[in-house]
Amino acid sequence: MTIRALRDDYHGEFKDSLEKFGGAQLVYLGWDKHQMFCSSRAFPLPPEMRFQELLDNVMPEAFGQHPEFNQIDWNKAQWILDNSAFQPDHSKSLTELDIGHKSLLRLVTPELTGYKGAGI
Amino acid sequence: MSRVQIAFQDNDESRYIVAAIEQDNTTAVVHYEPAMIRVENEGSLIINRDTVSEQIGMEWDVQSLHINLITLTGHIDEDDDYFKIMWNN
Amino acid sequence: MSPKKLNLKDKYKLLTRDLDWEFSYEDRKEAFPYEEFEGIKITDWDKWEDPFRLTMESYWKYQAEKEKKLYAIYDAFAQNNGQTNVTDARYVNAIKLFLTGVSPGEHAAHLGFAFTGRQMGGIGARVAAQMQSIDELRHIQTQIHAMSHYNKFFDGFDEFNHMHDRLWYLSVPKSFFEDARTAGPFEFMIAIGFSFEYVLTNLLFVPFMSGAAYNGDMATVTFGFSAQSDEARHMTLGLEIIKFILEQHEDNLPIVQKWLDKWLWRGYRLLTLVAMMMDYMLPQKVMSWQEAWELYFEDAGGSLFKDLERYGIKMPDYTETIKQEKEHLSHQAWWIFYQYTHAAAFHTWTPTAEEMDWLSEKYPDTFDKYYRPRWELAAEMEAKGERFYTTGLPQLCQTCQIPMAFTEMSDPTQVSYRESIYNDERFHFCSDPCKSIFDNEPEKYVHAWLPVHQILQGNCGGGGLDKVMEYYHLDDGVANLEFEGSPDAERWKEWKGVA
Repeated sequence: MTIRALRDDYHGEFKDSLEKFGGAQLVYLGWDKHQMFCSSRAFPLPPEMRFQELLDNVMPEAFGQHPEFNQIDWNKAQWILDNSAFQPDHSKSLTELDIGHKSLLRLVTPELTGYKGAGI
Repeated sequence: MSRVQIAFQDNDESRYIVAAIEQDNTTAVVHYEPAMIRVENEGSLIINRDTVSEQIGMEWDVQSLHINLITLTGHIDEDDDYFKIMWNN
Repeated sequence: MSPKKLNLKDKYKLLTRDLDWEFSYEDRKEAFPYEEFEGIKITDWDKWEDPFRLTMESYWKYQAEKEKKLYAIYDAFAQNNGQTNVTDARYVNAIKLFLTGVSPGEHAAHLGFAFTGRQMGGIGARVAAQMQSIDELRHIQTQIHAMSHYNKFFDGFDEFNHMHDRLWYLSVPKSFFEDARTAGPFEFMIAIGFSFEYVLTNLLFVPFMSGAAYNGDMATVTFGFSAQSDEARHMTLGLEIIKFILEQHEDNLPIVQKWLDKWLWRGYRLLTLVAMMMDYMLPQKVMSWQEAWELYFEDAGGSLFKDLERYGIKMPDYTETIKQEKEHLSHQAWWIFYQYTHAAAFHTWTPTAEEMDWLSEKYPDTFDKYYRPRWELAAEMEAKGERFYTTGLPQLCQTCQIPMAFTEMSDPTQVSYRESIYNDERFHFCSDPCKSIFDNEPEKYVHAWLPVHQILQGNCGGGGLDKVMEYYHLDDGVANLEFEGSPDAERWKEWKGVA
């Protein structure tokens, strides 16, 4: 049963489906063990955006305030896409990389341990 | 046995209710916290109309408890002449 | 001969139970159309036991007396410029959060109990729910009255009602009550009547209100305790309803257990706000969130669950997680608001050195290790003139709607991410319980109004943050941002004659 309702055929409208974002898709970006940012962030991005553009244009907006941001070596950065390890080809688009609507993309930088090494 | 608790606004009426509770529940522990008085007891706690009336110096209606009550835990047994809270474990 | 005075039991019987009637020519099922769809089986409403034998007549009498006392104090508070006697102007921000985040919940509860007071078939339960409905209306009224005085002197109060339907963090309490109100009458009673009122409201109304008193806020402590005296009655109604349902039919047990698992978690997540109010927003502290949790949930709630064991009810599985989170919750919550305070209707601040020492003392295993460095970073940035306001919009949990800020208790530096795929769409959750609540009833949560997504869809004024602020009716540079330097702080200094 997907809901207990007065009517068995009750159906809830999907409030956040892809077509509601005017051509963009939602991508959530998180930086593991960098709790300066209280949570991962939501960004509406064009599905044809290349991964390199995401690194160049979106990542600074998401995490540029962090004192360690400039130390990130993007060639060594590790990624987790929707809870699985992920090795993106920087020249490919979000769609080509299977970064879907409402996907969660996490940046992992084991050599950067956060402010005062406290995961912040 | 689990502890029951009851709390009252810290004021002149509650003072006598708490005194009555202490008289009738010898193991009760009374905590004075900012603006409130919290009373705990093992298992159960009883408030007797006659004891409160005696303390306060006039006839006291059990249901007027509501006026100064803040919170309580446990099952309730209420009648004309007493008000009791308890756990069954 | 003068008529004999009725004793309490007889009076109650005549003035409550006897108000009911038999359905001789109408179909009872049509009169109570919501009574069966949830699967709860009631065989005999007469078995309902009323813990407080309060008749409508006595109800009005005592409520009127409570109101008189309450309003006398409001008058005194206003006449004596009580707003100048609170410990610090920072304190008032907790009250802003109360008015915007909690008070509208009283109104939602009022509507919810009016619904159950109509829909439950038993007269005892109906009368009790009706009284509670009136109580909840009284609560929002007395709260608005109390805070209208602060509204004359501080920013962030005036648009509470408009904000409740719009502001990002207020969707947390709003969606909580809407979830309950769109359930059937029995689930509502377990959700709000039992889980929230019995198990959780003490945490809001007792230690926090005691804290209000400690901080010189006579008006708030008085409405708080006055409301809680109604809650004492609500709590016993909540306890009665759960016992009654469980005693009626054995098939009710798994349904009730599932509701408990859901609603204790939903309520607990909602209380995140209270945790940070206690630990960070009260300049003069009474007890820590952890201590309050231990006293009012672990101790009092533990006794309750021990009593419910006889019916087969178990403490929810996640109790262990909650136990661990009590050392983290307030710190993680205040960090969210600290960095998003540019979009909030109250001010935030870095805890002072003394406050941090208090937090270290109260949270010896977590504060210095995980949270003190956050505040050191914040202070460092502030010293450079770069007070930390974060960029972008947070990802929210689909169920509780709180930003994804909670961490794994096995590794408190790692955010806890959970997800489900339903009808090919991905949904994200902050925790296992929030995920399982969704998984049990996905159709109910797919249409959650998540503020961040609504902003990004252009439904909140469209355009940038400035448009969103207009949509919120939030005056930029007035009600939001850091406390230091705010108009509130400046006024306070003027009152106190501090340069």
